[in-house]
Amino acid sequence: MNKTLSTISVLAMTLSFSHTSQADNFTEADLKHWNDEFMSVVDHGEAVFHGGLKNENTVSCDQCHPNATNIHPETYPKFQQQLGKVAVLGEMINWCIMNPLEGEPLALDDPDMTAIQSYIHYERRGVKLAPGKH
Amino acid sequence: MNKPFSRRDFLKRTAVVAAGALPLTNIEIAFGKNNPKNFNFAYISDSHITQIKGNKFVRNWDRGLIRAVAETNLLDPKPDFVFYGGDIAQLGKPAEIDHGLEILSGLNAKTHYVMGEHDYYVDLGDYWQKQLGADHYSFDHKGVHFVVLNSILTYEKWMHQKWDKGMDRMKQMARLDNPHGQPFMVGEAQRKWLQDDLSKISKDTPLVVFSHSPLQKIYKGWNFWTDDAEQVQALLKPFDKATVIYGHVHQIQYNQIGNISFNSAMATAWPWPYPKSYVQKDSYMPKLTVEMNRADPFFERDATGWQFINMHTGNVDLNYVLPDNTNRIVAFDSKAGHPADKDFQYKQTVAQDHY
Repeated sequence: MNKTLSTISVLAMTLSFSHTSQADNFTEADLKHWNDEFMSVVDHGEAVFHGGLKNENTVSCDQCHPNATNIHPETYPKFQQQLGKVAVLGEMINWCIMNPLEGEPLALDDPDMTAIQSYIHYERRGVKLAPGKH
Repeated sequence: MNKPFSRRDFLKRTAVVAAGALPLTNIEIAFGKNNPKNFNFAYISDSHITQIKGNKFVRNWDRGLIRAVAETNLLDPKPDFVFYGGDIAQLGKPAEIDHGLEILSGLNAKTHYVMGEHDYYVDLGDYWQKQLGADHYSFDHKGVHFVVLNSILTYEKWMHQKWDKGMDRMKQMARLDNPHGQPFMVGEAQRKWLQDDLSKISKDTPLVVFSHSPLQKIYKGWNFWTDDAEQVQALLKPFDKATVIYGHVHQIQYNQIGNISFNSAMATAWPWPYPKSYVQKDSYMPKLTVEMNRADPFFERDATGWQFINMHTGNVDLNYVLPDNTNRIVAFDSKAGHPADKDFQYKQTVAQDHY
């Protein structure tokens, strides 16, 4: 108990005397590193989305969804009326892969699935979340 | 919501058309029934026939074209001719062009063709022209002057740079949202040809121009755009009535700029979202256009289709036949002086939100 109290008081003193240590801010180097990692996956997603899947019929996502439009990632999860249940975006992506693309579905944690979703969300950046919207 | 429109309904409605009640004849009454100059033609576009390997082609795209051909053959009155608006092929391969033409050979009317970028960029149109002839030409029919342009050219320097394979160039152009894409243009040589062609035509002759890309500027990022659109429009300006009909956009658009009416066509293959649904960039959809419903991907023909077009007093009415969506009629409204949707234009009834 005493130890806890003294820790708290040390913390309080530190906070009151040193403005810069108020929060453990991320460094510019961290932010750049993490953003680079994210953008490399977005770039991979863009490639997968534009013919990078190994589906035999060669149809690609961008043929119907230029710049990943008309996917509305901000509305998921939502009641996907055609599936009769609430679905996450990855399930609809797999529906597209299995039907117009006549391919094999991806595991929801497949790196290509992560990449496709990263690209779709990135192209939709700035749009308000609207889960459930139609 | 989408109103299912089954094949059976279509046949029924076609039978009604044949009986002379709806919808074709209604339009003719509104604009002058029994005008001997009235005629109609059909317009099919953007089939994107895709060869997988050998004799295997993408089924979905084949089905769209097969259906359009079958339904066009049911038209009564029979169309005077059929226009094909470009992009028969996905990658311009001879096998794709030939397979598309084989399906189109089922049409029981003469067919005229327009060049699309998916037909062109693998060999700069060589195979297409070998099969179908010139990429720009004109003819007269029942007092209307028809002109076909190849509007999908781009900078000579880019087209003729050193490419390892023509297919590399095609793949650059085949990607609609390519950030390194090149703008479409008619080009100086064809504009000069058009000027000469039109100089022989009296200005009260109704003029109908076909191009693959819109001869107006909507969204450059997807080439819903022709770079020298204004220069082409200037050549059409002296005519009393001019109409431009284009493919490429896989959606319903229409507009009026001065004396020129613009009408787009559906694709038989797949629909595209309206450019405004790409939130990172601005686009310029004509205010006049009442958008079509968002496509339901679970019905693979939804928001795809073909058109029949009737001409009366020199303007066009487009009847959009949409297998899994409510059919649409965009007819020239002579009082308003622009194309208008027969059902939606003045009713404040809009299509589903596009966002």
